[in-house]
Amino acid sequence: MRTANRRHPQNGYRMALAPYSIWSALFVVVPLAFIAYYAFTDNQFAFTTENITRFFTATSNIVQEDGSSVEVRTYLLIFMRSVKLAVISTIICLLLGYPMAYIMSRAKERTQKTMVTLIMIPMWMNFLIRTYAWMTILQDTGILNGFLSALGLGTVHIIGTEAAVIIGMVYDYFPYMVLPIYSILAKLDGRLLEAARDLGCGSISVLRRVIIPLSMPGVISGITMVLIPSISTFYISQKLGNGKFFLIGDAIEGQYVANNLHFAAAIAFILMLILLVCMAAVKYVTARYVYGGDEE
Amino acid sequence: MKKWISLCLIAMMLAGMCLTGCGGKKGLTLNVYNWGEYISDGSEGSFDTIREFEKWYQETYGEKVTVNYSTFASNEDMYSKISSGAVSYDVIIPSDYMIARMAQEGLLLPLNFDNIPNYQYIEDTFKGLYYDPDNQYSIPYTYGIVGVIYDANVVDEADSGSWDLLWNEKYAGKVLQFNNSRDAFGTAMYKLGIDVNTTDKASWDKAYDELLAQRPLVKSYVMDEIFNMMESGEAAIGAYYAGDYFTMVDAQSENVDLQFYYPENTNFYVDAMCIPSCAQNKELAETFINFMLSEEPAIANAEFTYYASPNSIVYTNDGYIEEMGGEAMEVLYPELENFAEAYNKLAYKNLDSEALGYLNTLWENVKIN
Amino acid sequence: MKTSSKIYSSIVFAILFAPILVLLVFSFNESKSLSVFSGFSLKWYQELLKDRNTLEAVRNTLILAASATVISTVMGTAAAVGINKLRSKWSKAVMNTVTDIPMTNPDIITGISLMLMFVFVGRLFGASTSLSFWTMLIAHITFCLPYVILQILPKLRQMDKSLPEAAMDLGCTPMGAFFKVELPEILPGIITGAIMAFTLSLDDFVISYFTSGNGFETLPIRIYGMTKKTVTPKMYALATIIFFVTLGLLLISNLVDEKDEAK
Repeated sequence: MRTANRRHPQNGYRMALAPYSIWSALFVVVPLAFIAYYAFTDNQFAFTTENITRFFTATSNIVQEDGSSVEVRTYLLIFMRSVKLAVISTIICLLLGYPMAYIMSRAKERTQKTMVTLIMIPMWMNFLIRTYAWMTILQDTGILNGFLSALGLGTVHIIGTEAAVIIGMVYDYFPYMVLPIYSILAKLDGRLLEAARDLGCGSISVLRRVIIPLSMPGVISGITMVLIPSISTFYISQKLGNGKFFLIGDAIEGQYVANNLHFAAAIAFILMLILLVCMAAVKYVTARYVYGGDEE
Repeated sequence: MKKWISLCLIAMMLAGMCLTGCGGKKGLTLNVYNWGEYISDGSEGSFDTIREFEKWYQETYGEKVTVNYSTFASNEDMYSKISSGAVSYDVIIPSDYMIARMAQEGLLLPLNFDNIPNYQYIEDTFKGLYYDPDNQYSIPYTYGIVGVIYDANVVDEADSGSWDLLWNEKYAGKVLQFNNSRDAFGTAMYKLGIDVNTTDKASWDKAYDELLAQRPLVKSYVMDEIFNMMESGEAAIGAYYAGDYFTMVDAQSENVDLQFYYPENTNFYVDAMCIPSCAQNKELAETFINFMLSEEPAIANAEFTYYASPNSIVYTNDGYIEEMGGEAMEVLYPELENFAEAYNKLAYKNLDSEALGYLNTLWENVKIN
Repeated sequence: MKTSSKIYSSIVFAILFAPILVLLVFSFNESKSLSVFSGFSLKWYQELLKDRNTLEAVRNTLILAASATVISTVMGTAAAVGINKLRSKWSKAVMNTVTDIPMTNPDIITGISLMLMFVFVGRLFGASTSLSFWTMLIAHITFCLPYVILQILPKLRQMDKSLPEAAMDLGCTPMGAFFKVELPEILPGIITGAIMAFTLSLDDFVISYFTSGNGFETLPIRIYGMTKKTVTPKMYALATIIFFVTLGLLLISNLVDEKDEAK
């Protein structure tokens, strides 16, 4: 037995992989098939493409600022708005998170550990509660405005604006941006940076030519982990957007609550396809241009 | 070292919780599904309905019963779960129009009133309401009327009194509107004097235009957020359920003076206890409903929710009347010549799927504007 | 650390913890309000300790997170080891894609897709309840798994491949070689993965919302259900307690580390 195993340790590794393969097939792949199945059927489970066409063709009238109304494609508009907010949030997360990750990676080892934990601690309080606390802060009569007016700076109106929704998203998903970038930067060999400096690179060009390219995998997974949940959120937009922002996640949840499971599945299906294509494209592009075609 | 500590911690946590989790789950189980914060739960020294029921049951029948109590956020939320056939609850407390819908779809079981003798305490005017004309499926738990709450420090009293206050441009940016389709459209339709249960699309369109016109004035579309926003003076006008006004007054900030009135036409609602067809233990469910109607729990729940009770033991109880105070009694139990008549005229009824679909589309349009 | 770095990270942490400070302050509020502070009181802490349903929800949340963490860590470690040893490019690509799916899928889609499947299968077998603790557990394991695997894979790649071979040459079975040589090497990755899984499970609401069922109410679902009446400072008190427990654990583990280093 022992010799047999030694000759084919590969079997052991296959065995190790088996539970995960079965699990993924059952609970990742099959459920996606169910989304597709529901998206293409009606309430009686007869085949229909109506749900999909509805997503692309449903229209509604939007009143513009000057009072005139204009016809728009409802769900395409909702989708574009969600993408816009999500992209802005992701960019802000990246701009704020990258320096943070860099600072963390250069700190003493003990400080690093503490900082990682500190970044994660807020997530242990559920995000529903944290979002509620943000409402208290951002309200017109809230803590931030109380603070500003105490300093004689007047007040700002944030709650219910795009800014409030973006603040909520950036806050909630910030750790998802910092941690992946940090974990790559922390592994960077300090000698590499020294070598670059010895070869005459200034700080900025070390950053541009060495650090940033090497940290791209972390950046990519950070972007993914922030962009995806912020496109599909429905709680943050309801609470911090004063219920005035209707995003694609709200649309899906609304249809689920209205018991239109099939249309909810259709929206989810389309969203999923778009995201999968985008992510595949990002991977392809980075694999090609950042690593010069080498995939690992 | 740190690693091993964290591993040990996780292992200990798991072991500890399995022990507490697996013990004590013998005997009968009753699954109750209710709105959040909608039952007296022992907070602030109140009566702990669930625990008292378990105790009472053990004492009376000598058998251990465990109540699994879960909450839902809206009627529709509850309906989605129940109608999918994915869950089984023994007692649910939906609102009227949802009861009508569920009864029609065969999702409710007829009650055996022999097991619910306390039903006699329910006042006659709450029997045979439109959603359950033959008194088969439901026993009312609370009822109420939607009214308008405003901050007298901001709003001129002369402007108050009707639904128009929610559309008054003087108070742009201070108005709150419901964040659910039925109630939001309701306010517009009561204002316009349109039947809230109409199937006429043109009527719905009119209400839609009204809501669109209101949108620039609306500070926020809210559900529970209304509490904080009214208490802190963040907003000054909003429509909500009568009893909640008193909860807000209790917590209002110093520079806020909340007042309340009923507009002429407004929503009457009843939330009632039912047994869904997925129930596993109907008799136990009926025993629980009967317990809810008995004196102590009924009064405790009425005091906790701050909603009016259809139970005659409650609203004739001196302790209860004193606890609520004169103003609350007046607001919660307005003198009506005939509750049933007013109710049947103004309550939300179950819309057919076409009207519901249309309502949802219109609501989405209000939201994306 | 440079001063500018110190300032920057202090600002970031200040913002990160600002809402938690708000929670902390309002958990001591005398009235029920979450926006008007009327006086100091400990009553919400007393209320919390008396509220059996909320405590049960906390317990349920922890049971769920702990079970999901243990199972996904064990299964994920095995999977990472297996994936690392895959030879054919094709099967590697398949496994990577499958691992990526739960991460590139919004949680709302993961939640809905699992719910549709559970309900459908439940109906097929005529089960009275298809959504329960078990469906939530399955859902949580499913979305935690990729994070665990992606924490471990890099450690496996960094490892000297000749180590386990050397162990086997010295008479270890492949299993023995794994436990004696490979496991200690990748342990930091496993631990980070486990902590991540635990954190994600605690933080999740959306997936739980769709897959929750009978009699197993977790904290986020309970909070979300409070939309007819208001969220009480009790929940803030709870969050404050969670915060201090976490902080305490952090301090203890840091102290232990310090002692280790001092030796």
